[in-house]
Amino acid sequence: MELIIAIFIGLMFSCGVYLILRRSIVKVILGIFVLSNAANLIIFLAGGITKSEVAFIPHGEQTLDPALINDPVAQVLVIKSIVIGLGIAAYILALKYRYFEVTGTHDLDSLKNTDQR
Amino acid sequence: MGNILLLLIGLLFLVGVLVPFIYPVLKKRTGVVLSVLPLVIFIVLLLELLSIGSRESIILDSTWGFLSGMEFSYRLDGLSIIFGLLISGIGFLILLFSSYYMAKYDRQPHFYTYLTLFMGAMTGLVFADNLFVLFVFWELTSVASFFLIGFDHHLEKSRQASLQALLITAFGGLCLLFAIILTGNITGTYRISELINYSIHLGNHPHYYLILSLVLLAAITKSAQFPFHFWLPGAMQAPTPISAYLHSATMVNAGVFLLLRLYPVIGGTVAWKYLLILTGGITMFLGAFLSMGQRDLKRILAFTTISALGTMVLLIGIDTPNSIKAAIVFFIVHGLYKGGLFMIAGIIDKSTGSRDIYELNGLFRGIPVTAIAALLAVISMAGLPPMLGFVGKELVYEAQIQAPGISWIVLPLGVGANILMVAVSITVFYELFVFNKNKPATKFKYHERQFPVTFLAGAVLLAILGLGLGMSPRFLENILSNALYYIQGHSMEIKLRLWHGFNQVLMLSIFTIFCGVAIFLFRKPVNRVISTFINWLDRYHLPTLFTSVINYYIYLASKNTRRIQHGYHRFYLLTFFLVTIALISLQQFRITEVTLPESGFSPVKWHVALLLFIASLSVIFAVFAKTRLSAILAMGVIGYGIGMLYLFYGAVDLAITQFLVETIIMIVFVMVIYYLPRFAILSSKTSRIRDGIISIAVGAFVTLIVLKAQLIKPDSRVSDFFVENSYTLAHGKNIINTILIDFRSLDTLGEMVVITMAAAGVFSLFRFQIQRLKKKEEKKE
Repeated sequence: MELIIAIFIGLMFSCGVYLILRRSIVKVILGIFVLSNAANLIIFLAGGITKSEVAFIPHGEQTLDPALINDPVAQVLVIKSIVIGLGIAAYILALKYRYFEVTGTHDLDSLKNTDQR
Repeated sequence: MGNILLLLIGLLFLVGVLVPFIYPVLKKRTGVVLSVLPLVIFIVLLLELLSIGSRESIILDSTWGFLSGMEFSYRLDGLSIIFGLLISGIGFLILLFSSYYMAKYDRQPHFYTYLTLFMGAMTGLVFADNLFVLFVFWELTSVASFFLIGFDHHLEKSRQASLQALLITAFGGLCLLFAIILTGNITGTYRISELINYSIHLGNHPHYYLILSLVLLAAITKSAQFPFHFWLPGAMQAPTPISAYLHSATMVNAGVFLLLRLYPVIGGTVAWKYLLILTGGITMFLGAFLSMGQRDLKRILAFTTISALGTMVLLIGIDTPNSIKAAIVFFIVHGLYKGGLFMIAGIIDKSTGSRDIYELNGLFRGIPVTAIAALLAVISMAGLPPMLGFVGKELVYEAQIQAPGISWIVLPLGVGANILMVAVSITVFYELFVFNKNKPATKFKYHERQFPVTFLAGAVLLAILGLGLGMSPRFLENILSNALYYIQGHSMEIKLRLWHGFNQVLMLSIFTIFCGVAIFLFRKPVNRVISTFINWLDRYHLPTLFTSVINYYIYLASKNTRRIQHGYHRFYLLTFFLVTIALISLQQFRITEVTLPESGFSPVKWHVALLLFIASLSVIFAVFAKTRLSAILAMGVIGYGIGMLYLFYGAVDLAITQFLVETIIMIVFVMVIYYLPRFAILSSKTSRIRDGIISIAVGAFVTLIVLKAQLIKPDSRVSDFFVENSYTLAHGKNIINTILIDFRSLDTLGEMVVITMAAAGVFSLFRFQIQRLKKKEEKKE
């Protein structure tokens, strides 16, 4: 299963990199979304996928055997990463929107100098 | 006594900085008032000169310094007193001279500031005992020279010349700094008076030749030796008082001073001798030769200055007691007559408005006193009795005759240079002051009697001093033997006489004068030969060459910058990806085999595999989507797919967050999407194929890295702690939640700050638009 997920991550990276290498700003934004999802998956996979217990302490008990669940720290990191990804997505969208509005072009190659049109 | 000197140098710096505030009060008298300071220094030094014994040096320790190890310790001995006397004495006269010469210039406070600071730095330089202090003053003189050469900064020529001078002398300064650090590392001290004990140790050290060449580079750049001589004629763009002071009498001699000062530390080896003789000899002859072909009086004087500096360097290289003595005497001689001649050039410039010796004619009528001073100075330059120049030249000849083993090459060069000097001296005086019927008579703007005394005093006093010292050179004997004792380490009795009988040297002098007069008489053919030579030389014109090297450097740098900082966002990324892949591959996959984890992979869950297959299809669809909305929908499929994946592996919180965030992003995107441009294919087919190959490479690389990461089993102690104590310490049953908000709550706070900042960023991006809309509405109303 790890192999399949790893190949899936590789595919997402390929597509993400291809998208952010485009000149059109919308595609660049899409590329950033894809890459951030792929990066989250890497962290998730690093925590291990061998066990399938949910990280809850069963009712009425004080503690849980750590051997039963995947690494919770990896999951915590992914949660933070998802939320920060949201921040980035919102900011990038706003930035590109403003960029398009100010410069009137969606071609990143015309972003070569700082002078306004 | 010495402490007063220290105070006076400090005072020079203080006054220099304060000049802009003093000037509005004193106005035209500023120069005269400022001249009191160098005069006081001169008197103090003169008293020292009279009182100091022939084997006595005074070392003044000062506990204060820029840094520890950089204390301002001062040293008074024969050498520094001689240099100090010339610096302060000529400085005094130059300030008097400037107060009239500069009267019509703008920015006079700047001029006096630079000049006073230079004076302080130069005085500090010759008295410094600590090498770092010496270096700081050395650089300060270069900086002052830069500002003063470029004083007429509205002229491009001035700016170029000052930059050239700065680049060359500052390069020398850096060499000096490097040499100082190396020396200090080897010996452990930066004090010249202590370094003397290490001279043998230094001489045998493997770094000796590096230190030697660095010190020599510093000296020959500062003293305008071949092949760096060309900055000095360029420096003539400075106002004349500056040319007289910095670029003939004092600053350019700093290199000579450095050589004499460090002689007991690193001097006297075979390499030292031959390198100095080589550069000094070439410079001496070349300077004298090139001075013949010039028309501008200041340029003529600049080239003779180069020749004189070459003579001093050559004499230091010959390295006999007589030659060192000759070098010091020649320094005094040169300072006296050249300072005077430059001031005379200034007077002529002021009274006629020209400096071209072939245009000027019969100046004796208008400026007789100057003419007499010029006559004395020119006699000194030609090395004729009864001036001090004669004494100096006789010593030079004597040293060149006695030069061990190399006399046969040094002597003809020296005699040749002197013959040319005699010819130049006669030519200059004849063309300027003797009336010639064939040339138009010069019109005077001012006659001499219209000038104030202070304007003429400098040239006249220096000429008289040259004459007086020439008549009784005995006055210099004591201080010279002191200087020699501290340079060469053994004392010798020094006898200076104007007349010392018929001998070889006198015969040479007579021969020189004879040849010099002959060249003067046949100056037209000689000049023609020299100008042909100069024309030929101009093809290898050093200043132009220098400028083009500098320009090429700048061109190369900007070209490189353009190549690296090209401004294409995607090429930056491309570079980044390629470099990252290359570097990490080198590091990670040196051993090519990719081993599988020992436990093997976990079993394939087919429903998850199907999910991933669908997600893969939608990723690929997103890449090739034709419309914005379909791409966004594909993105949603991927996001929710990944959320499902989290869910299948028991990460419930992750799944919830992922669904939530994905939904928000979708909504925001759909809101914005119609304000964003439509998809268009902007890049060419080849670049798309190239990007495709690179992204596939990146993907493959990431897959390999992820697989390799599976081999590493991270230390699970931290995770185990969280799992075990989630309920007992944090009283929560959801382990992920307790980690987020109890155990690592500060991290979560940081995350919230990031989100807040993103929100603030989005808000500020849109606020501009709101303001603009408001303005539009206001206009409409």
